[in-house]
Amino acid sequence: MTDDAPVTTAASPVTSSGPAAGATREGRPAAGPSAGGRRAKRSQRRKYLEIAFFVTPALAMLLLFVVWPVITAVQMSVFRWNGRGPLVDFVGLANYVSILGNDVFVGSLVNNLIIVVTSIAIQLPLGLAIALLLNRKMWGQGALRTIIFVPYVLAEVVAGVIWFQLVQPQYGVIDTILLAVGIEPPAQGWLGDMDLALWTVVAILTWKYLGLAVILFLAGLQGVPEELYEAAQLDGASWWQVQRRITIPLLGPTIRTWGFLSMIGSLQLFDMVWILTKGGPANATSTMAVFLVNEGTRSNNFGIAGAASVILFLIALVMAVLYQRLILRRDAKGVA
Amino acid sequence: MTTSTQMPAVTPPNPPARRRRGSAGKFQGGNPLVYAIAFVVVCATLGPVVYGVLGGFRSNGQLTQNPAALPDPWIFSNYAGVIANPSFWQYTFNSVVVAVVTTAIVVVFGVMAAYPLARYTFKGREALFMVFVAGLLFPATVAVIPLFILLTQNLGLGNTWWGVALPQAAFALPMTVVILRPFLKALPQELEEAAQLDGTSRIGFFWRILIPLSGPGMVTVGVLAFVGSWNAYLLPLLLLQGDMKTLPLGVADFSSEHSSDTAGVFAFTTLAMIPALVFFLAMQKRIVNGLQGAVKG
Repeated sequence: MTDDAPVTTAASPVTSSGPAAGATREGRPAAGPSAGGRRAKRSQRRKYLEIAFFVTPALAMLLLFVVWPVITAVQMSVFRWNGRGPLVDFVGLANYVSILGNDVFVGSLVNNLIIVVTSIAIQLPLGLAIALLLNRKMWGQGALRTIIFVPYVLAEVVAGVIWFQLVQPQYGVIDTILLAVGIEPPAQGWLGDMDLALWTVVAILTWKYLGLAVILFLAGLQGVPEELYEAAQLDGASWWQVQRRITIPLLGPTIRTWGFLSMIGSLQLFDMVWILTKGGPANATSTMAVFLVNEGTRSNNFGIAGAASVILFLIALVMAVLYQRLILRRDAKGVA
Repeated sequence: MTTSTQMPAVTPPNPPARRRRGSAGKFQGGNPLVYAIAFVVVCATLGPVVYGVLGGFRSNGQLTQNPAALPDPWIFSNYAGVIANPSFWQYTFNSVVVAVVTTAIVVVFGVMAAYPLARYTFKGREALFMVFVAGLLFPATVAVIPLFILLTQNLGLGNTWWGVALPQAAFALPMTVVILRPFLKALPQELEEAAQLDGTSRIGFFWRILIPLSGPGMVTVGVLAFVGSWNAYLLPLLLLQGDMKTLPLGVADFSSEHSSDTAGVFAFTTLAMIPALVFFLAMQKRIVNGLQGAVKG
């Protein structure tokens, strides 16, 4: 156990300042060439073996199932390939040119962006309003929070299958209720109408994910110190003033991080669309994920699917980095 | 990226700060308007789910005659039909196995990877951590087509439990490590020093002290992985056929194959969702904590 002695002393300042502690530690064994140095070297090697033992399984999984497929997608994207035989028909950037001129892909991309923007534009004010209203002592608060979370924990498939029945033309309950109050529903049904289908999907997504916004905002609200409210109350601030001047600004970090989650989710949207419309009618609700699954599995255009994957990844990456730079950076600074 | 990844080091997991219920100061509730709005929210949220559950107790005739009515009379044959359907149980079994395997891999490999990243000092530690953070940027959707080719052609895992569980675990690992690292870091250094004075090696510390103490963190990441696997659709859709299908695939298939049997679809969907729903709602706090932690990472 003497092996561990030098490590103990070196390891103690670790949590306070990582890199600095590491630097002094590097210097020590080099200074003493004696027996102590050899022992330190051996324990050093042992430490690296331990690190390798702990980290390797996770890293291997990442390499095999995440990194490798992504590299393959890039490779596929510069070949014409139907999924069989070797990659030989090199076409350069032709697949990219082809999909960027493809109305279905561009339409899918636009749909994704519409969903990113509308999801945030609808769910943020609505979620905030509900969270602020519910953030008070009231009867049944715990039950209410649980109920609001129900749509979020449902599988998108399950939610989609139920909603698919609800919005059916003729025998769907939504149409029945609308007719009862004298509103004429669209003749081809909500999901069959070219102009309405995407908005119907957005509405259903709002139902599915509003609860997450409310729950995260409510959790964020619990971090607002009560003294602030008491002080504001003493100063005679009204409820609205308190919310606008204190609560919402302090909720900033929660809102911004929720926005990030929402954006990434919208870019990857597949399940709900696949269940509700398969991207139809006439690709009106198609998303990038729907497009690449169609190309990859139905048409066997793996080159095209690869190019679509790469573009989807680049868009997600650029949006994530921009979001990080422009919006999240403030929070990181605030903490540091 | 770099700025945010250092955050967890500064802010230990939040529970202590959040213990204080933020109920006061909201200028006492009890306002009827608030209750009215809460009622509307509850109806809008639960309406579709309750409609599905009740729809399973009606006949197709009842559903077409008056879509917006209660069961009259109550019919149990739809639910009985699903319970007697061996495919339903096969799908449920597949879903359970895939989710349990995914969760086990995520928790074991995740806590192993997070341990040296949290409590060892070594050159390149932050760089190694960045590899996991970068993993967050690769959504499963992006890689799904090449993944499908890799699994079916190169690894021979098409239509197997492993073929779904392994990639799902791999894509869940980055978030797991990002959530667990600050959690492991927050355990007091004195514990480690005391253990070392007693002659415990770092591996001994990992087994005997760190693992038992990080139970809550592991439950959180485990629940997130389980929910993700249970609800997953895209990868199983590409990989699994016939008897290997998971519940979401079963629900989707039943819905398209029996599209005229609305009551049957409602019954099948209800039975597929209720047990998971109850479990996930019981774990709600864990899910929310995990999502918050992940986002902060």
